[in-house]
Amino acid sequence: MYVAVKGGERAIDNAHAWLAEERRGDTSVAELSVAQIREQLSLAVNRVMAEGSLYDPDLAALAIKQARGDLIEAIFLIRAYRTTLPRLGASEPVKTADMACERRISATFKDAPGGQVLGPTFDYTHRLLDFKLAAESEAPQASEAEPAKGQTPHITGFLNREGLIQSEPESDETPPDLTREPMELPADRALRLQSLSRGDEGFILSMAYSTQRGYARNHAFVGELRIGSVPVEMEVPELGFAIEIGEITLTECETVNQFTGSKTEPPQFTRGYGLVFGQTERKAISMALVDRALRWNELGEEDQGAPAQDEEFVLMHADNIQATGFLEHIKLPHYVDFQSELELVRKLRREAETQSMPEVAE
Amino acid sequence: MTDQAYNFAYLDEQTKRMIRRAILKGLAIPGYQVPFASREMPMPYGWGTGGVQVSAATLTPEDTFKVIDQGADDTTNAVSIRKFFQRTAGVATTEETDKATVIQTRHRIPETPLGEDQVLVYQVPIPEPLRFLEPRETETRKMHSLEEYGLMHVKLYEDISQHGAIATSYAYPVKVEGRYVMDPSPIPKFDNPKMADCPAIQLFGAGREQRIYALPPYTKVVSLDFEDHPFDPSKADHACDLCGAGESYLDEVITDDAGGRMFVCSDTDYCRARREAGHLGAQAAVMEEEAGA
Repeated sequence: MYVAVKGGERAIDNAHAWLAEERRGDTSVAELSVAQIREQLSLAVNRVMAEGSLYDPDLAALAIKQARGDLIEAIFLIRAYRTTLPRLGASEPVKTADMACERRISATFKDAPGGQVLGPTFDYTHRLLDFKLAAESEAPQASEAEPAKGQTPHITGFLNREGLIQSEPESDETPPDLTREPMELPADRALRLQSLSRGDEGFILSMAYSTQRGYARNHAFVGELRIGSVPVEMEVPELGFAIEIGEITLTECETVNQFTGSKTEPPQFTRGYGLVFGQTERKAISMALVDRALRWNELGEEDQGAPAQDEEFVLMHADNIQATGFLEHIKLPHYVDFQSELELVRKLRREAETQSMPEVAE
Repeated sequence: MTDQAYNFAYLDEQTKRMIRRAILKGLAIPGYQVPFASREMPMPYGWGTGGVQVSAATLTPEDTFKVIDQGADDTTNAVSIRKFFQRTAGVATTEETDKATVIQTRHRIPETPLGEDQVLVYQVPIPEPLRFLEPRETETRKMHSLEEYGLMHVKLYEDISQHGAIATSYAYPVKVEGRYVMDPSPIPKFDNPKMADCPAIQLFGAGREQRIYALPPYTKVVSLDFEDHPFDPSKADHACDLCGAGESYLDEVITDDAGGRMFVCSDTDYCRARREAGHLGAQAAVMEEEAGA
């Protein structure tokens, strides 16, 4: 016998209590501290900061702890917090040429001013499970060298001197802010880059991969990949000049792409660009490839109908918080809509049966 | 962080101002989808973030707020949204349709007719009625501005030629004041006639899709149809088994594993009020017994 379902409120409270208990796990195991997550799961922290669009390692670590390690959930917590923060002002554009690089590599030149610096990378590790980590307590120590002096110039700058790579139009215009204005299509490059930078790493990676496999193929060389800290400056109205308010770690990738020229452009190299918070190089390289694929129109290239060339497709589906929300909402009750579908299917079947009846009678 | 750290109804005043401007524009151009800078809310996209933002921008401390999901006040998400505004706005809440000044809804319009002092806020998943005919926003916006709705009529016509009827049972498209084709949100088509000439303000919020649209009071809203295939706001051919209502939208509830089922009002407040007024459905007595046992 049906009794109207009451007690949604109690069910929610109980679910939350159970969730909190599950998050803590076995209490005979020591609890993770936020500082441990920040220091020892730093690449997860970086991803949460990048896609959460908020540079705060402590909050990102807290979000990861609260989300039980579900990074999309952690990104969501950060985004929801971020929207409540007041805007005090805007920083000056950061100068990545001033970056104190801890990693800087070029795939296009064997050596270049500033040198190749491998930095802390998984690239040449053998992916063998290190069972010592299951027990080890000794802190590893790496040898240190003197930091490089002076600026590390951008590799594409050398190509630019010969006019071999297309130059980007310079503009001091304030770019649109995706978090304060609705996305408008067609989007300019600044808006596209903003969207890609906070887009889902997996989605951007797969989109980039699809261009490598021939869907709008445009062979990309990693002209340069650099990771390091840059100062952030802000102009304070009372002072009338910019002061440094802190430092952030960024990953920047510039790709150099083949281009045979078009009706409007001479043969030259072209660029893709990726810039992401933290050490997030898979994302930065992917972003540069997708950026380049999306530029087909402004470079006068052919529309091959590839997914990665389709601005609306890429930008409208890159955000994992939007995607996961809409995807998961289908588990909410839909019995009203389903009921109307039920009635419709029954009605259509009834009509189909009555229509076929005379034949049956014959 | 304490609740006091948040502004009244959660959103800051600048954001609410931006949303109110979109609402006013929507009311000025009935049925037109106004882009707005939707914010990330502390509940997921798909859970009614558009409706929540519209409610947040609409509520005043004097308002009485009601939330329904699938017609019911006690479904989990309705409970959750009601709690959210109790906590962040401290507004009075009610389950009674005629006592509410702002009603947020998902997938239903209350059975009790709305009045001039009420605002109905719809949660909208996909605001674009043409979306499943044309996936590109750049194209559908063009179609709206040119009033190019042929594709929609062709779709409805194809339904009739294939199935003998229009095979859309919810989110049934409407035309507003003879101009914009509008998605009424996934309400059953049974509810469509209630939108027309309604004394209340009807606001539609789509958070993820960043759109707001609106129907001012007493707006002409016509469900699309053909002269020889007129719109049919059908519902289950039963009366409510609890309150006996013959004119309300019904949910079908499976009661056993031998094909047993019953039909009950989807609008829980309407059903409760009728039962309290002494109306009884076919299985009401059985229910009383079970509840007492």
